Amino acid sequence: MSMQQTLPLPGVAPERTGGYRRDHLLVAEMVRPGSRVLDVGCGDGELLQLLEGRGIDGRGIELSREGVNGCVAKGLAVVQGDADTDLVNYPDDAFDYVILSQTLQATRQPKVVLENLLRIGQRAIVSFPNFGFWKMRLQLLIGGHMPRTENLPASWYDTSNIHFCTIKDFVELCEQINVKMERAVALDLYGRPVPLNLPWWVWNMFGEQGVFLLSRGGQVK
Amino acid sequence: MSNVRPITSPQIQSDDRAHEADHPSSLVAKFGMDQPLKLDCGVDLAPFQIAYQTYGELNADSSNAILICHALTGDQHVNNTHPVTGKPGWWDTMVGAGKPIDPEKYFIICSNVIGGCMGSTGPASLNPATGKVWGLDFPIITIPDMVRAQAMLIDRLGITTLFCVVGGSMGGMQVLQWTAAYPERVFSTLAIACSTRHSAQNIAFHELGRQAVMADPDWRGGRYVDEDTHPHRGLAVARMAAHITYLSDAALHRKFGRRMQDRELPTFSFDADFQVESYLRYQGSSFVERFDANSYLYLTRAMDYFDIAADHNGVLAKAFTGIKTRFCVVSFTSDWLFPTSESRALVHALNASSARVSFAEIETDRGHDAFLLDVPEFLDISRAFLLAAGKARGLKDGGQS
Repeated sequence: MSMQQTLPLPGVAPERTGGYRRDHLLVAEMVRPGSRVLDVGCGDGELLQLLEGRGIDGRGIELSREGVNGCVAKGLAVVQGDADTDLVNYPDDAFDYVILSQTLQATRQPKVVLENLLRIGQRAIVSFPNFGFWKMRLQLLIGGHMPRTENLPASWYDTSNIHFCTIKDFVELCEQINVKMERAVALDLYGRPVPLNLPWWVWNMFGEQGVFLLSRGGQVK
Repeated sequence: MSNVRPITSPQIQSDDRAHEADHPSSLVAKFGMDQPLKLDCGVDLAPFQIAYQTYGELNADSSNAILICHALTGDQHVNNTHPVTGKPGWWDTMVGAGKPIDPEKYFIICSNVIGGCMGSTGPASLNPATGKVWGLDFPIITIPDMVRAQAMLIDRLGITTLFCVVGGSMGGMQVLQWTAAYPERVFSTLAIACSTRHSAQNIAFHELGRQAVMADPDWRGGRYVDEDTHPHRGLAVARMAAHITYLSDAALHRKFGRRMQDRELPTFSFDADFQVESYLRYQGSSFVERFDANSYLYLTRAMDYFDIAADHNGVLAKAFTGIKTRFCVVSFTSDWLFPTSESRALVHALNASSARVSFAEIETDRGHDAFLLDVPEFLDISRAFLLAAGKARGLKDGGQS
């Protein structure tokens, strides 16, 4: 048996609490009740439905028509569109929060998208898979392959994830474009928060994904 | 050489058509001198009548009414045999038992537009002032005029708020006009293959059609009824040209290719050698059986003038400010008459107005006409939208409460 066939390393599906994904619950908890939210890349609308259930006025953008259809069937207001091309059409300050859940790495221009999120929304909530996660590092270091996990099962040649980054990379980007990090949470493989009092490098190593609550920074450096 | 007439139109049922213009085979709401229709051109039209059909029952709290707005050459006969052509209703893919718009669940209304020729007052109707057919004496009408007339009908039916206003193409324009003019009376809308304004290319196609009608010597300056004739050939050519815009290159290729009509070899004539020619001629000649030429001029003109943004200082989003209506906007990939970009412009404006909007672009090669055809993905999303909106409206199972 070659090394190739033993990969991917077994991943773990996000644990569910009360029928909801833990990362969704974490995001929902970051959103103030009664606010207006745009979920970019909203999939079948699971997070939006969770938010609307909490009295939040939600809108979505989704690339796939199947996703849009699923959302429409749930009574959600979702527009078929693309984060890279369509965010420019939203006016400034249209939403209290703009959410980009597990989609940043699939955009063509993550930096432009991030800037747009914080133009359209007062705040942005961004979650993404951490490429600095120890299992990822191990696959590349030991296996010599582009990492694959259950949460990211596609091979390098057919993945839509074209801009992977680590938590450290993302933090650096935020600093570069003058984005304020109001809250940052790293979730481990089981969707549990990595303890707060640990240093950044631990998060970058043991966080399977990062979830950030962002707002516009003060004066430009 | 065989027959080289451009199109054949020997057996026109003009008697049926003319009769329907004043005495429709459907319900009629008559409005007297005391209830004029205030037209955008400044004329108060009175008396006038609106011909309409209904399907299903209005529920106790009048919350399940759906208004269907028909397209350019449609009419009120959505889901019943057409009184002139004998063909099934024009939207039997969408409306009917088990269909997305089910008469078991909803009270469905469809009226012939003002300016039409199937019983609502229009250029083919008798002008009570002269005792003759209106013809070009009929005032120019607009999409907002059509909607104003529909609102008067809805008032007459005792309905305050429509559960949904649905329509494609020119019907979609009316849907958008409804939400811009009467946002509080529209709970939800399904706007299909339409635009907030008619494009230059579409105006150009309409002008081509109108010129074809007016170039027919039988048009007689619009007074053809008085002279007991009808510009069949001009109207048929207009229809043929328009019909091409309703399809797509891919659909025409799939349906006809370069196949010959009932022959193996070219006849070296201007006869309809190709199936696509034969098909177009049939579309042209069957259309003139049921449609009035002047009505075609008026309705195309109404579409040309349509521009919601122009009525709001050029800012489309202002037309929908603060609107509570739930929108579902649908476009089709191969529609080049009302391309997806037009629907997107609408969606952007709705987003800018914080409206509750969903939008889907349906993948199909069937062109603009896809909304009238059995396109399952389109019908699925329509059904899903109506059911979810019905739930929000408090209709039991998205249907009757």
